[in-house]
Amino acid sequence: MKRFAGATLIALIPACSAPPAAENATEIAAEDIVSGSIFLTAETRDLQEDNFANPGYLWVDRGEALFSKAPASGEACITCHEAGLSGVAATYPAYDEKAGRVLNLEGRINQCRVTHQSEPAWEYESEELLSVTAFVANQSLGAPVSVDVSGPAQDIYEAGRDYFQTRRGQFNLSCQQCHTENWGKRLRGDTLSQGHGNGFPAYRLEWESLGSLHRRLRDCDLGVRAEPLPYGDPLYVAVELFLAARSNGLEMESPAVRR
Amino acid sequence: MSRVGILAVLIISACGAQEAPLIRANTILGDAITQPLTETAGDTIRGEQLFVSRNEGHCILCHQVDGLDAEFQGDVGPDLTLVGDRLSAGQLRLRIADYQLVQPGALMPSYYRIHDLHQVGEAYSGESVLSAQQVEDIVAYLVERRASGDDA
Ligand code: HEC
Ligand code: HEC
Ligand code: HEC
Repeated sequence: MKRFAGATLIALIPACSAPPAAENATEIAAEDIVSGSIFLTAETRDLQEDNFANPGYLWVDRGEALFSKAPASGEACITCHEAGLSGVAATYPAYDEKAGRVLNLEGRINQCRVTHQSEPAWEYESEELLSVTAFVANQSLGAPVSVDVSGPAQDIYEAGRDYFQTRRGQFNLSCQQCHTENWGKRLRGDTLSQGHGNGFPAYRLEWESLGSLHRRLRDCDLGVRAEPLPYGDPLYVAVELFLAARSNGLEMESPAVRR
Repeated sequence: MSRVGILAVLIISACGAQEAPLIRANTILGDAITQPLTETAGDTIRGEQLFVSRNEGHCILCHQVDGLDAEFQGDVGPDLTLVGDRLSAGQLRLRIADYQLVQPGALMPSYYRIHDLHQVGEAYSGESVLSAQQVEDIVAYLVERRASGDDA
């Protein structure tokens, strides 16, 4: 009976600001880290690997066109990035000296829009930002995820880890419980993957569109009936950094195809 | 109400930390809530519908019951085909209402609870996933999942 009295007591302590993240949370052993694509059906995986059939390449192609097109007030991306941006996406999110904060790939691209092209930032999830992000991400296809969480990125990484390990929503579930503690099990028609971001932006059959990692995170938060964060929210960027560090070494797959 | 007052209420209702528990400690005996939560007895047929339906209980997201007319049942939680042989109505009631009172850290969501939750979607704030009557309906359905059950 003691246990129940204890549980009630804890419930009565007003703990509004900082819900506790799990202590001593388990981690997936490095050799067990696998991409979400291995949990897909053979057909979906084939679709991803076929550059002509994979619908994500529509966005990559649009992105390539935008990359070469000069905007009204500035130079085209390609003017300054003639050699391309091969391998760059695999290192994002990353701390940016000029911005003084951690930027994800979308944020980094928008930083060039604003500071180098004198154009307004593209809106999150706009066709333009999705397309150019997919084009840049695709130049890292097959490269190992390799983000750096040392120095000024450390605190952001930790904030992302805390978000990942905190229970939330009406269902009171954490990302950790689904993606670290129960991956491989069936959640209705889905097999739970380890929740990596290496395939994003990804084409999701359910969306019938390409979408950013933040769109996927919002879906997961909505799934536990939590209030999702806004697109581009610094805390989602922190989660993105944590996810990337957790999957360091995994091959980049954007544009991946997902269920 | 003062502006500060309104703000305080907003903050409190947004996190649910100060909501009183729906289940009072003195109704819990061992690992069971022996008394039904409502006067109206649970309805087995409603219970089965709630167990399956996506917008209500949707327990098959994580559980399987053999013979149910539902594709793709989950296996994150234990198979409940014969759960009535393992657990009494009172034990089922507590586990559905708030499993974390049986086992802190349990993954099983708490279906009749509003306290101490975080970042709850606005549309669901201050509400439990299931009503007391719905919990009773599911208890009635699950307690009959027995090898020798009358409607097995
Ligand atoms: C109730 C279980 C559940 C919770 C909690 C949950 N997710 Fe998911 N998540 C899923 C399912 C189901 C999918 C789709 C199948 C898959 O890839 O796992 C998914 C997919 C993902 C993916 C895409 C993986 C890929 O390869 O396409 C990422 C990334 C992800 N989740 C991250 C998170 C994060 C971060 C959180 C916490 C904010 C979270 N999830 C919370 C169930 C969950
Ligand atoms: C006027 C030149 C210029 C233009 C135009 C420009 N950039 Fe950049 N970009 C830079 C410079 C310089 C850097 C190095 C960081 C800095 O100083 O901002 C950079 C950095 C980047 C990076 C990060 C590279 C890394 O190694 O981390 C990406 C990604 C990028 N730019 C994408 C784009 C895209 C996409 C566009 C078009 C929307 C664009 N840039 C337009 C000059 C430019
Ligand atoms: C997100 C996954 C999930 C959902 C959804 C879920 N459960 Fe569970 N359930 C579990 C897990 C996991 C356990 C095992 C205890 C634990 O570790 O949390 C469990 C345990 C149980 C048990 C105890 C079984 C035993 O053999 O001891 C019962 C009864 C139960 N759940 C009923 C339900 C009902 C009824 C619903 C729908 C209203 C439901 N569950 C929805 C994951 C889930």
